[in-house]
Amino acid sequence: MSKKPLQKKPEVGTTGHSWDGIEELNNPLPRWWLWLFYATIIWGLIWTILYPAWPISSQGATPGLLGYSSRQAVEADIRKFEERNAPLDQKLVAADLTTVRDDAELYSYAVKGGAAVFRTWCAQCHGSGAQGAVGFPNLLDDDWLWGGTIEDIYYTVAHGVRNEDDPDARYSEMPKWGEILEPEEIDAVVQYVLKISGQSHDAARAEAGATVFADNCAACHGDDGKGDPAQGAPNLTDAIWLYGGDEAAITESVTNSRFGVMPAWSTRLSDAQVRQAALYVHQLGGGQ
Amino acid sequence: MSEQSVTPEKLYAPREPVFPRRVHGRFRTLKWIVMAATLGVYYITPWIRWDRGPNMPDQAVLVDLANRRFFWFWIEIWPQEFYFIAGLLIMAGLGLFLFTSALGRVWCGYACPQTVWTDLFITVERWIEGDRNARVKLWNSPWTPRKIRLRLFKWTVWLLIAIATGGAWVFYFADAPTLLDHLVHFEAPRVAYATIGVLTLTTFWFGGFAREQICIYACPWPRIQAAMMDEDTITVAYRWWRGEPRGKHRKKEGAEKLGDCIDCGACVAVCPMGIDIRDGQQLACITCALCIDACDAVMEKIGKPRGLIDYMALSDEQREVNGLPPKPVWKHIFRPRTLLYTTLWAGIGVGLLVALFIRPDISVDVTPVRNPTYVTLSDGSVRNIYDVRLRNKYGEERPFHISITSDTLLRVALEGTEELTVMVKPDSTLTQRVYVTAPPQSEAARRARTDIRIWVEDLESQERAYEDTYFIGRGQ
Repeated sequence: MSKKPLQKKPEVGTTGHSWDGIEELNNPLPRWWLWLFYATIIWGLIWTILYPAWPISSQGATPGLLGYSSRQAVEADIRKFEERNAPLDQKLVAADLTTVRDDAELYSYAVKGGAAVFRTWCAQCHGSGAQGAVGFPNLLDDDWLWGGTIEDIYYTVAHGVRNEDDPDARYSEMPKWGEILEPEEIDAVVQYVLKISGQSHDAARAEAGATVFADNCAACHGDDGKGDPAQGAPNLTDAIWLYGGDEAAITESVTNSRFGVMPAWSTRLSDAQVRQAALYVHQLGGGQ
Repeated sequence: MSEQSVTPEKLYAPREPVFPRRVHGRFRTLKWIVMAATLGVYYITPWIRWDRGPNMPDQAVLVDLANRRFFWFWIEIWPQEFYFIAGLLIMAGLGLFLFTSALGRVWCGYACPQTVWTDLFITVERWIEGDRNARVKLWNSPWTPRKIRLRLFKWTVWLLIAIATGGAWVFYFADAPTLLDHLVHFEAPRVAYATIGVLTLTTFWFGGFAREQICIYACPWPRIQAAMMDEDTITVAYRWWRGEPRGKHRKKEGAEKLGDCIDCGACVAVCPMGIDIRDGQQLACITCALCIDACDAVMEKIGKPRGLIDYMALSDEQREVNGLPPKPVWKHIFRPRTLLYTTLWAGIGVGLLVALFIRPDISVDVTPVRNPTYVTLSDGSVRNIYDVRLRNKYGEERPFHISITSDTLLRVALEGTEELTVMVKPDSTLTQRVYVTAPPQSEAARRARTDIRIWVEDLESQERAYEDTYFIGRGQ
């Protein structure tokens, strides 16, 4: 192909850089591009005057003319949501807990709010999934130390367990049987508890333990050992053990007793939040 | 480094103003039609109504961000069906590849919003300030009252177009009549005004002032397009072997030595990009073909054949220079590359259509709650919890029945109800907690893992959907 005649030479200068005959052309940028660059610099300067920026004061950065702080912004956001939720909270406080479920909007709000309350205040002991741990009840199962109806749960959350802050706190007092009973008696009653909870046990010692149980334990745990939620006495016949269900753990529980505690949340949270938490826990799978 | 001393060049250059002249012709007419069609589609689409029954919006095309729904006539897309949008975007990309490899920058020249709006703004400019020569004169004149009046009038019209452009955009995201009512009564959400404001400014600036600078400096597409064009791509070119040497045709002196190009500058005067197509293909050329129209008119006047500037392929350029006839257009367009693009494009399109027609109107997603993995109940049985999301895409409330299948005995229960059926509201999702329980000494309670399938059935339409998951036991 013949070379194109009269092809205009590019009217572009070079930067003067040349390597092995390869020159660098200087295609100038459009000037507005430069202005854009200056505009960003000016914008940046204005920004640092309006908003906290220069770390020159001993208190931190310059506060900025607009007086903005992200902490205040978050507080304003929280206030906004609190105001927006206030009617729902009032409705929840006035509502009968057993019938909240019939109001779909209120119930959905309460459960979601309860999930947030739970993650903030309850998860430290009961676990993020409410699965509990040794000494901290699992809230997903169907076994309740202090009752699993919505009112029972609400009372427990509001007043707590074995604390000084609230005179209405749940209070259970199991004696340290190690100070009262002989070691053989404790051994026998442990065998009996193993028996009634369907675990392997020594039949002869369990037989003796039945008497010890009837004389000392049945008052709270019931003649059949099924416990009494009114007194916080656990059911000893089921598969759920707060402090472990093997021989050693039961022996420890009987000898030295266990004293779980829980704060009274009504002194720290609003009644609406306590109700939210109770409704949340009630719908985790074990509510009665 | 070379040792020659070079005068330092300016690193920044001011914009050379461009004053495109009015032009008539085939391609100008085509551009008017494309402009009317694209602007029409843009402004009218949000106002088309489409009855979807109660509880549903009646806007044919609606991006409902608040409820995370996209409506397009009879099609409704939920967020988890985003692959439809992704597929459409891929098709748009492949379509662009196809058109670029076949017809060069035909998108840039005719359909790109930047081109369409710039064209519109230039039309307004010409209407107010006159054609090229008058505009050049006005540009060079001092700020007389007349110049100020014309400029203010032009900018006002531009601004009105820009507001209408930004204003139309927001109607795609809300019920258009309601939003218009709110907008004029200053009751619309702040984000609507902000969007209109930003788009108004960008339209005003891009269409009125930045114009070809956007294509040359801001748009990445011209750089990418070079990779899709080859010697068979049909682009706008100058038949230099016919036109050169260019020069004014005078009656007597050696007109026969000159080519057909009379160097009248018409092709340069009409170019919205301010380039000379006779320099050959270049980055700034958007192939709008207005120079073809301009040159054809001149060629007719001087009694020469049309097509000194024409759509042609690079390979034809070589053939014509060597005295060969050009290849037929279809031979340029039908080649392996374009056929491959077409095949891919159509394949994805057919795939999306099939997916659209077979997609169910109910669906289920199961998230096993694995914190904790299982719960021991007081009788020693083992329970797993599942969060089951039920989607009802019907415009009415539907009863969803939940059941499971597995090779062992398991019990199902739903949170908050004794039944195994829940009502799911129209066009919405319900998250239902589902309990699956294995008796104390059962196989599933002992095993670490049991496969299960959670079924959902819409009791009205008998449609069923399932998701496989597994049940975790004590692992003894």
